[in-house]
Amino acid sequence: MIEVNGLTVRYGGVTSLDAMSLTFEQGTCGLIGPNGAGKTTFFNVLSGFVRPATGTVRAFGVDLLSMAHYRRARWGVRRTFQTEQAIEELSVFDNVAMVHEHSKLGGASRHGDVLDAITFTGLDAAPETPVRALGAGQRRLVEVARAVVGRPRLVLLDEPAAGLPDEETSHLADVIRRIPEHTGALAILVDHDMSLVSACCTTTAVLDFGKLIASGPTAAVLRDEAVIRAYLGVA
Amino acid sequence: MSEPKGRGVAWTPSSPPNPPRGRGTSDEGRQRLKAPRRRASGKIAVTTVLLLFAFFALPELLSLYYIDTMTQVAVYSMVTLALGLLVGRVGLFSLGQAAVLAIGAWAAARLLFATTQPYPLVLLEAGLITMMGGLLIGLPALRLRGLYLALITLMLAGSITVVLATVNFPNGGHGFLGYNGSLLHIPPIRRPSIAASDPAYYRYSMVVAILMFALVLAHIKTRPGRAWAAIRQSEPAALAAGINIWFYKLWAFALASFITGVAGGVLAGAIHYLYSINFPTQDSITLLAVTLMGGVFSLWGAVIAGFLSQFLPALLNNWGVSADWLIILFGLGVLQVLTTAPAGLADQVPRDLARLRRLLGRRLRPRSARGDDAE
Repeated sequence: MIEVNGLTVRYGGVTSLDAMSLTFEQGTCGLIGPNGAGKTTFFNVLSGFVRPATGTVRAFGVDLLSMAHYRRARWGVRRTFQTEQAIEELSVFDNVAMVHEHSKLGGASRHGDVLDAITFTGLDAAPETPVRALGAGQRRLVEVARAVVGRPRLVLLDEPAAGLPDEETSHLADVIRRIPEHTGALAILVDHDMSLVSACCTTTAVLDFGKLIASGPTAAVLRDEAVIRAYLGVA
Repeated sequence: MSEPKGRGVAWTPSSPPNPPRGRGTSDEGRQRLKAPRRRASGKIAVTTVLLLFAFFALPELLSLYYIDTMTQVAVYSMVTLALGLLVGRVGLFSLGQAAVLAIGAWAAARLLFATTQPYPLVLLEAGLITMMGGLLIGLPALRLRGLYLALITLMLAGSITVVLATVNFPNGGHGFLGYNGSLLHIPPIRRPSIAASDPAYYRYSMVVAILMFALVLAHIKTRPGRAWAAIRQSEPAALAAGINIWFYKLWAFALASFITGVAGGVLAGAIHYLYSINFPTQDSITLLAVTLMGGVFSLWGAVIAGFLSQFLPALLNNWGVSADWLIILFGLGVLQVLTTAPAGLADQVPRDLARLRRLLGRRLRPRSARGDDAE
């Protein structure tokens, strides 16, 4: 459960998030909106890359914003990036182990936990494979494996299916849908692919110009007139 | 705001060349995996043979002049190993390594004159003292990156050279500095009793160098190595993985300073008498050049760099050619590396040799066997 209250982020004269308030209860939740709506900025606030001007974020009762950014991963914040950031020099195993060894879990369970996370994503490459030998879809799965290892509480997925062919997207959707029950974490999915969002998310929130314009059950939100207007523009 | 970009340094050698991407099937994946394993065991075998040869055969084959040169190669391989660690793993450009080496040599010389401690202990202490110095330099320097970090370390190297020219290296005198300008007979810096002769000291420095390479390997293959790899590719990704970037960069600085300090200690015993002219500021620049030429992504790069910086000048001296010509060669070498082989000679030479072998194989195969290839 994450409660966001009055979150405002400004870059110079641009207000990227404008007193945004929203609550996600559990499961996989969608966060959509036109380009520049503030979705990635919201993730960057949660990761600690961006310091908001005002507002609070409470995640599972903890004040997230008062935590140093590198400690948030230890606490349980995980994320993937819009442009995928699997570490090319390392193997698949090392990519995931890197997150595990900075989590709260000890080294004894590392080997098993890392292999579990890789298996969970259904990645069809051996753990020793160097990431630079992988294709785009496989790298996305490596990022997802990094996001689910080591008891995550909040999994942030930033356009994980961007640029993937349909079959890989549907596999990814299946993996994303299973994240909450597999890890017990709250997953937030940002994507422009509405079929992916409807396939994965029970609830969805919509941002436009840094403001929350709708939230609720995904199907209802996608039919909402304000949402359609935001995406298509006002006639 | 869009994605936080990997905020790299102002100039970073790009990563080793990537094989073409593509979503491989699991069969391809398995085949890809067998090859690296075979290559790994082959690498270990080659390394072992080379080390045994260098340790046992070389001192028998070489003249004293070249044995001393090889000791220098061992020393400077450690220095370029440390510099390669900073540049290649963490993307920190230091132009002050010659000064760090001088600090290690100074500390070791002082301890060797003042105490009767066993040599390995002195090396360890010299390394730790240099590490402290490196951390003092590193703390403010970590706020900087790229060109500015390089500039600051270069200025620092310059100032350390000036300080050393004033206080001098210990020569058996008393007091904290251990220097006495009016000494008539200057005692040489001692060597370990088991390695008093030049060939024995060469073997000794080889062992120290191997230990330092093993230390770096142990770092690269484990937690700090993974953290460094992440930091170098993308600081946001490293942060998101819970890596304390500041701490791991400082760790790299500390490790590099320690290794360079130990190298300084070995150098002190190797040349017996230390003077500040042994450590000109310009050396720091040459060191970075040869480190880049050797290759910063492979430990072999450091060995190649050690040869480039010490063996080539000795060879030219022996032939009666001025070693100053090397500056031009190194300049061209760096240009060549930056444009054609970002992973340095350690990557390029095996790649080109394999290409040559394929080419020769194709040429030498009898015409009949090539029937299919013919149009």
